[in-house]
Amino acid sequence: MSSLQRIYAVFRARNREFLRDRASLAWNLILPVALVLGLAAVFGGEGRDQYTVGVVQESDIIDESQHPFLETKYIRFVPVPDLDDALVKIERHRLDLLVEFGEEGRYWVNPESPKGYFVERVLLQSGDREPADIRREPVSGDAVGYTDWVLPGILGMNMMFSCLFGVGYVVVRYRKNGFLKRLRATPLTSLEFIIAQVASRMTLIMVITTIVYTGTHLLLDTRMEGSHVTLFIVAAVGAISMISLGLLVAARVTSEELAGGFLNMINWPMMLLSGVWFSLEGAGPFVQQLAKIFPLTHVLDSARAVMLDGATLVDVAPGLLALTAMSALFLGLGAWSFRWGPK
Amino acid sequence: MLAVAIVIRYPYAPMPTALEARNLVKQYPDILAVNDVSFSVPEGICFGLLGPNGAGKTTTVEIIEGVNQATSGSVHYYGEPVGTRFRQEIGIQFQATALQDNITVLETLEMFRRLYDRQADLGKVIADCSLGDLLDRDNRKLSGGQRQRLLLAVALVNRPRLIFLDEPTTGLDPQARRNFWELVQKIIADGATVILTTHYMDEAHVLCDEIAIMDEGRIVRQGAPDALLREQYEGLIIELPLADLRDKLEGVEHTVIETKGVVEVVSTDVRQSLSELSGHVTDLNHIKIRQPNLEDLFIDLTGHSLRA
Repeated sequence: MSSLQRIYAVFRARNREFLRDRASLAWNLILPVALVLGLAAVFGGEGRDQYTVGVVQESDIIDESQHPFLETKYIRFVPVPDLDDALVKIERHRLDLLVEFGEEGRYWVNPESPKGYFVERVLLQSGDREPADIRREPVSGDAVGYTDWVLPGILGMNMMFSCLFGVGYVVVRYRKNGFLKRLRATPLTSLEFIIAQVASRMTLIMVITTIVYTGTHLLLDTRMEGSHVTLFIVAAVGAISMISLGLLVAARVTSEELAGGFLNMINWPMMLLSGVWFSLEGAGPFVQQLAKIFPLTHVLDSARAVMLDGATLVDVAPGLLALTAMSALFLGLGAWSFRWGPK
Repeated sequence: MLAVAIVIRYPYAPMPTALEARNLVKQYPDILAVNDVSFSVPEGICFGLLGPNGAGKTTTVEIIEGVNQATSGSVHYYGEPVGTRFRQEIGIQFQATALQDNITVLETLEMFRRLYDRQADLGKVIADCSLGDLLDRDNRKLSGGQRQRLLLAVALVNRPRLIFLDEPTTGLDPQARRNFWELVQKIIADGATVILTTHYMDEAHVLCDEIAIMDEGRIVRQGAPDALLREQYEGLIIELPLADLRDKLEGVEHTVIETKGVVEVVSTDVRQSLSELSGHVTDLNHIKIRQPNLEDLFIDLTGHSLRA
């Protein structure tokens, strides 16, 4: 009985602690609602399109009368005027299928794409013409496997979690338990402390990411069209930006729970909108533009460009510049608003 | 085992002022924590800020240390406003400091030492603080006394000229406290200036050359402990239990200490006082005669007990 009493006492105290931390409580309530609303806005409507099919044509408007396939629900048809550009998108899983209707219909599909396989079956079963009436064309170049495509996403996601939680959460804990206050009583400046945190976490992340990448690359023979040095630079610049973001979140917060709420608020949109698991090719232009505010989007776009398309440092320079600007902004704001103690 | 240090101070050789606090005020939205506090600390002494919990002594010291910002007032170190030099030359042991997990004692000391331009001989610090057997131990696995010794060692890694010790022996057992006092006495003997905040009056009496008694954010009395006691009291204190009184002690000047259930009579002639008291007291066996101490002084000055 006394054991139950002790458990109840601790249970009640913890509940009070949490419930009286109004900021954390608010975040815990607001975050899921905001996520649901956000997802509804991004992916909602009358049934979300599950597949994206490019239609080779000059016009911006798809004429559904060309073929019954174009009337299929839950497939988003996008006009593509440039065949070569569209073929690259097929290779990179950014389009599931590419079709061209005319005198002699033809289509292109990436044989490594699961979604391409399904949407191809739908194409061949639709319409009044025999399947032979539409010709399957080979995809130019090597088709990119889904493993190749998703590897940067998984590595990037791992980096993101490690950067945000490994720095943001820890700094908040240091502040809460008084370790930061002790450091403040030394000649260490806030900028020095922040730089040390960035350097420490970045070193760890780069070592871990390099090991994981090397292991995966050797084990699965994943695609690498570009330079490993360029990829390393992309990863390093990306890691700095995400660590800086974690430090910005942790600059003033004194509660681990509130910090967790903030970090989740940043993590989840990045997970969904930065192209970790699937391409945003089928999403609306607003969502695609919105995704560019997240550092992970630039990291993944640049990494995929290097790994899958053989992009050079010059090619990915815009993404790296965006990441550098974000890092400067986050670090500047973080150092400016940094607080050593809880008060 | 530490040797007992004998410190000889010459009253005719005034030491320079190491630290001066001028009109410090800390106003929180709901409370005035520090109310116009001023004092100066000569070099080479142990200066004690005494008072109960909530008296404002920790806030005062944190303002001086630079980890808390004053609403108004200023702090001067060897005549200059506190700045980079001050940060390099002070050592601090906070009342409660968390250290990093999974880090050993030696790693902790090395990490903190690297933060300073002035660096102590780590071997000497380790020897002085008796940490030699604990160097490879995880910070989390230290006892209370070991932890306090480590925190003091952290405060010494830069050969500080001025050391702040905030309630350094709270939570320690009597033996550990006495060991800690010996350590602090050795540091003072080595020439450092110490500012000690404590609510233990015996600790202040043993360690401090000068004290300031704080209550409700103000300094109510300042001076050398023995001098303050001599100013306040002439003679000894006769202490008797309240329950042993037959009547109201009419004709005898006395103080009733409610929290302890005793009556105190300050007397310059104990024989005469005992004679006068004998008619009012049922049992003389419970009478205690003692020297007045800082706790008596605090109660008389503030009207309430130290641990209230």
